[in-house]
Amino acid sequence: MNTRHITLNVNGTDHAIEVEPRRTLADTLRDQCGLTGTHLGCEHGVCGACTIIVDDAPVRACLMFGVQAEGRLIRTVEGLADGQTLSPLQQSFWDNHGLQCGFCTPGFLMLATWLLERETMIDEAELRHVLSSNLCRCTGYQNILKAVREAAKGLGKWTESAPA
Amino acid sequence: MKPAAFDYYAPLTTEAALALLAEHGEEGKILAGGQSLVPTMAFRLARPATLIDINRIASLDFCRADDEVLRIGALTRHARFETPFLPGPLGALLADVAHNIAHTPIRSRGTFCGSLAHADPASEWCCTALTLGATMVVANHVSERRVAVADWFQSLFTTALQPDELLTEARLPLRDESWRYGFYEFNRRAGDFALAMSVVALRLEGGVVREAQIGLGGVGTTPILAKDAAAALIGQAPGEAAWGIAAELAATCFEPTEDINASPEYRRDLVRAVTKRALRKAVA
Amino acid sequence: MKWSGQRLPRLEDPALLRGEGSFTADIAIGARCVRFVRSPYASGRIVSIKPPPDMPAGTLLVTGRDVAQLGAIRPTLARFNYAAIGQPVLPLERVHFVGQAIAAVVAATPELAEDLADLVMVDIDPEAAVVDLDAAIAPGAPVLHAESPGNVLVEGKLRQPACDEAFAGATHIEELGLRSRRQNATPMEARGGCASFDRATGRVRLTASCQMPHMLRTGIATVLDMPEADLQVIAPDVGGGFGQKMALFPEYPLLVWLARRHRGSFAWIEDRNENLIASAHSRDQRHVIRGAFDADGTLRALDVDILSNVGAFSCYPITCGVEPLMALAEYPGPYKVPAYAARARGITTNTCPMAPYRGVSRPIITFGIERLMERAAQALGVDPIALRRRNLVSSFPYRTATGMTLDAASYIEAMDLAAAAADLPGFRERQAVARRAGRYLGIGFSVFNERTGYGTPAFAARSMGIVPGYEVVDIAMTPAGEVEARIGASPHGQGLRTTLAQLIADRLGMAPAQVRIVHGDTDRTPYGWGSFASRGMVIAGGACQIAADKLAERLRQAAAVVLQASAETIVLRDGQAFAGDASVPIAELARLAHQRSDIFGTPDGEGRFNLAETASYDPGGTFSNACHVAEVEVDAETGHVRIERYVVVEDAGRLINPMIADGQVHGGVAQGIASALFEEIIYAEDGNILTGSLADYLPPTAAEIPVIEIIHLETISDASITGAKGLGEGGSIGAPAAIANAISDALAPFGVDITELPATPARIRALLRGREPRA
Ligand SMILES: Cc1cc2nc3c(=O)[nH]c(=O)nc-3n(C[C@H](O)[C@H](O)[C@H](O)COP(=O)(O)OP(=O)(O)OC[C@H]3O[C@@H](n4cnc5c(N)ncnc54)[C@H](O)[C@@H]3O)c2cc1C
Ligand code: FES
Ligand code: FES
Repeated sequence: MNTRHITLNVNGTDHAIEVEPRRTLADTLRDQCGLTGTHLGCEHGVCGACTIIVDDAPVRACLMFGVQAEGRLIRTVEGLADGQTLSPLQQSFWDNHGLQCGFCTPGFLMLATWLLERETMIDEAELRHVLSSNLCRCTGYQNILKAVREAAKGLGKWTESAPA
Repeated sequence: MKPAAFDYYAPLTTEAALALLAEHGEEGKILAGGQSLVPTMAFRLARPATLIDINRIASLDFCRADDEVLRIGALTRHARFETPFLPGPLGALLADVAHNIAHTPIRSRGTFCGSLAHADPASEWCCTALTLGATMVVANHVSERRVAVADWFQSLFTTALQPDELLTEARLPLRDESWRYGFYEFNRRAGDFALAMSVVALRLEGGVVREAQIGLGGVGTTPILAKDAAAALIGQAPGEAAWGIAAELAATCFEPTEDINASPEYRRDLVRAVTKRALRKAVA
Repeated sequence: MKWSGQRLPRLEDPALLRGEGSFTADIAIGARCVRFVRSPYASGRIVSIKPPPDMPAGTLLVTGRDVAQLGAIRPTLARFNYAAIGQPVLPLERVHFVGQAIAAVVAATPELAEDLADLVMVDIDPEAAVVDLDAAIAPGAPVLHAESPGNVLVEGKLRQPACDEAFAGATHIEELGLRSRRQNATPMEARGGCASFDRATGRVRLTASCQMPHMLRTGIATVLDMPEADLQVIAPDVGGGFGQKMALFPEYPLLVWLARRHRGSFAWIEDRNENLIASAHSRDQRHVIRGAFDADGTLRALDVDILSNVGAFSCYPITCGVEPLMALAEYPGPYKVPAYAARARGITTNTCPMAPYRGVSRPIITFGIERLMERAAQALGVDPIALRRRNLVSSFPYRTATGMTLDAASYIEAMDLAAAAADLPGFRERQAVARRAGRYLGIGFSVFNERTGYGTPAFAARSMGIVPGYEVVDIAMTPAGEVEARIGASPHGQGLRTTLAQLIADRLGMAPAQVRIVHGDTDRTPYGWGSFASRGMVIAGGACQIAADKLAERLRQAAAVVLQASAETIVLRDGQAFAGDASVPIAELARLAHQRSDIFGTPDGEGRFNLAETASYDPGGTFSNACHVAEVEVDAETGHVRIERYVVVEDAGRLINPMIADGQVHGGVAQGIASALFEEIIYAEDGNILTGSLADYLPPTAAEIPVIEIIHLETISDASITGAKGLGEGGSIGAPAAIANAISDALAPFGVDITELPATPARIRALLRGREPRA
């Protein structure tokens, strides 16, 4: 089998691993790095369950190969909480019932973490536009939107949409 | 849903990439954003023996306005255009178009040139490039050539690009202030490939349309120019009457594809609607 | 402080939020990887299935020959002319649908397993296939199963004598043909399992993404003819099910067989393409429905003919009768139907087998009856709300035409409240203004009830070989004073760990955080059925309440001894047992009961003071109800439908956790919107599936789902001891009818209406093409 030795920096920790080039970044994180918080819902780029942050941009981890992520700064759901202390966004998901089965949750958390870290203010249209990247089958999106909206308010990043 | 095995190269220079392409020929594939290639590999509809990853070639990562053209390097991601990259109507058009391509996390990887190389008939960039008259800069290990967009799209997922060639850059002409642009697409779900789209460019002078291009995407095997529809606008005052005539001509100027989402009649219905709406947006 | 009724954040959330949940694929890491080879043909004779010439070392190929001695999956039903067909774990002779597992390969990684699966040499002689339900019952259609020459696997019929008379004397007969297209429940986590052999005990532990672990264990043990006690089934964190993960699928016995045969760990993690083509489909139905009405709109009789395409096999344990027979039993819904006739058939075709999907047939029958009400109102010139009011059941209990008892509910109140919330007169004004501007707005109502929390008697009435129903709870206190409640039910997103803890905490005067709900492990929980049919809160909740009351009584007895008071005077509150001002912590009682049984004089002669109880609950069922209102705008040029407003008036009795209840409604409505507008599994005529990816099969995103407004009513019915009614399915039941009615209302000027779902833009355009709106 043709494999490579690479080092991936995930949530600030280096993982020296051996992978086949064809192994996706999502599978690499899960199997080689033991970080199973990144989920796979489709493996063809549509569902967003595998969304992570690479070098400050949200990406589909099922559409990158592990070997491509060498030297990049990778962030996954496991890096959001500080020990047992949830990040404000995670806490908002908890307070607002933003998850049911929890399978889509890591992808939504990473997508929304990126959204909240951007410089720009967020309004309802932008929130819906960005969150339409990922699929959830349980919540009808109501409380996911609410959780991110409330977190944005808490961070002073929310703006009411300009009246139509 | 796991890709078949391949050899992987991540060259650091264009020359190295071209040498690898020359060496691997038909078996080698360029990996740019991977947002079309990797899903296809996941379904094993593509099984390239060799992947040549261009993401580490710093010299391909550029996007700038030079003289009369916007030069878009092979590593320019869709996301680059989301906040207007240029002032004026063209920047606004490209932002509007970019906003409609897939989703945020796909736009942070997918590339403009990758879209043109992949040539999905429903690609927004392909339709835009055709409408605006782009030029492709392609290179192999011995030489470089330019291909006018009119010669680029050959059939479904097929372009003028040869197996040993890399699309290093795409160029969009920068037009003067008298040009207006509009874009409209129809899809069933946010971010999906459109069932029909239209990109239009109009030059207005003295209250009438002097020049016009109307591009259509997602309706045939390649993006197409609705030439009769555009011609019908010349000399007309912008407005519903003119848009209606052009939309009618656009709806009948092509051989519609049939798929699970749309019958030929429905595709024509959609073209009528998207053309009219793109025209409206151009002068809004 | 009372915990029930509070919007308590869920106890299950923190681990899931930290990415530390444990789903089947997480547990499967390290196991040998199984990949199924699937049939490329809808119908055919297997000539041979052979390994590639150079099978790599350490790999395996399993075909039908290897497992020929295993039993078939053969659910039974004692009535309704049911043909008890069996599904082999892997077929020996024939394939019946595209995607059917025909062999399995094993390799060290999922990539290698897929490589190997691609190389297996499959030789199948294709035969004529039939995929459409009408084609399958046409004369001369290919026959799928010898047991059922006409391709009808199940048929229910009833005709009340008054029916013909009512139709003969009717002022108006409204007849309606309806089509509902095929769907896939599409949980975000696809199926999957990992079977591990324990060499020390000879047992196998199967971790599987399933909804009914105990049933899965029984089913697998039966098929493999192995001691059930040698199998442990675990449902870990499950990424949604919606009915799709109820059935016993052939993949699971095969995994357990592999683990036993090769004494190792074997995992199959389904990919999305497999899930879309080969898990289970639903809702492929055609109905013809006729209503006999008086001039004033009173419904005198209803006559329905239901065809359900159940696919190639029958789902275990509930059988392929689940869709057609539910439609037959529940078509009248919340309406008074004095005379009823129905015929319902389950048709087998060369397609993926049917399994229940949230709401099962009710989204379609609600679509049917609610379109009927609208059409009749239009034909008779009666206001559709008034027509419904005339026909809705309003005094309870009410015995339906099919013998079910409707308990106290709020059908009319919910509808009136919804109409008020929707501001009907205001909407009609806006609609008129918009129409003049060439914009088409519409409003649609759907009134329905949802049979929930039904136990053994209801299932027994269906005459299935296996009769689910009851739930058992074993409750016990640890020496440190925490409560463990072991439930047979198996939640996957419904938040039962929280709501049941709320219920129990109130009965014991403790905090929910001190109550652990143990579920999803056949070794640690009593036999039970699972989470489906909106039953968790009613049945498992009821059993928990009974068990907690029994445990509370024991605590009071213990406290009576410690505080030297009489048990009746003891009050459990805030983690303490009080006798007047004197108190003892419940945790201290727990310690004493376990470690100082001597002081209690072992009241029940057990040699210890037992702080453990068992309880079960098996109710007859209770009906929750709701009214949904959708406001839409239809783009007449593209056929696109935009939902402008969505209102739900929901009556699910007492709400133990309103936040979780709302979440269930939200998710259900989103799935209902998906059924109404977006999702459709499409087969080509040759039986190939054209919607094998999430780019073709279209679950809606946050951009398509509108704000969902919810108003609660709380009718307390004595049919549920907790006062809670189920509400897991209501959202998806009500939405298709509300949306279909709203689109029909919007398109009224064109003289067309919606009789086929999903109402895709292409279908809407096809209705409108060539038509001009009337002024
Ligand atoms: C869920 C989803 C939705 C999407 N929706 C849309 C949409 O609505 N509209 C849309 O336009 N696209 C959509 N896409 C596709 C996306 O925009 C891709 O990014 C784009 O089509 C290809 O760009 P890429 O850089 O990702 O190319 P890749 O996937 O890396 O490559 C695509 C093909 O082009 C070749 N190639 C790439 N770059 C070059 C080059 N410089 N020279 C020579 N050959 C090259 C590759 O060898 C390959 O054959 C979607 C993708 C996904 C996963
Ligand atoms: S798993 Fe990556 S997008 Fe679905
Ligand atoms: S919470 Fe289950 S898929 Fe989103």
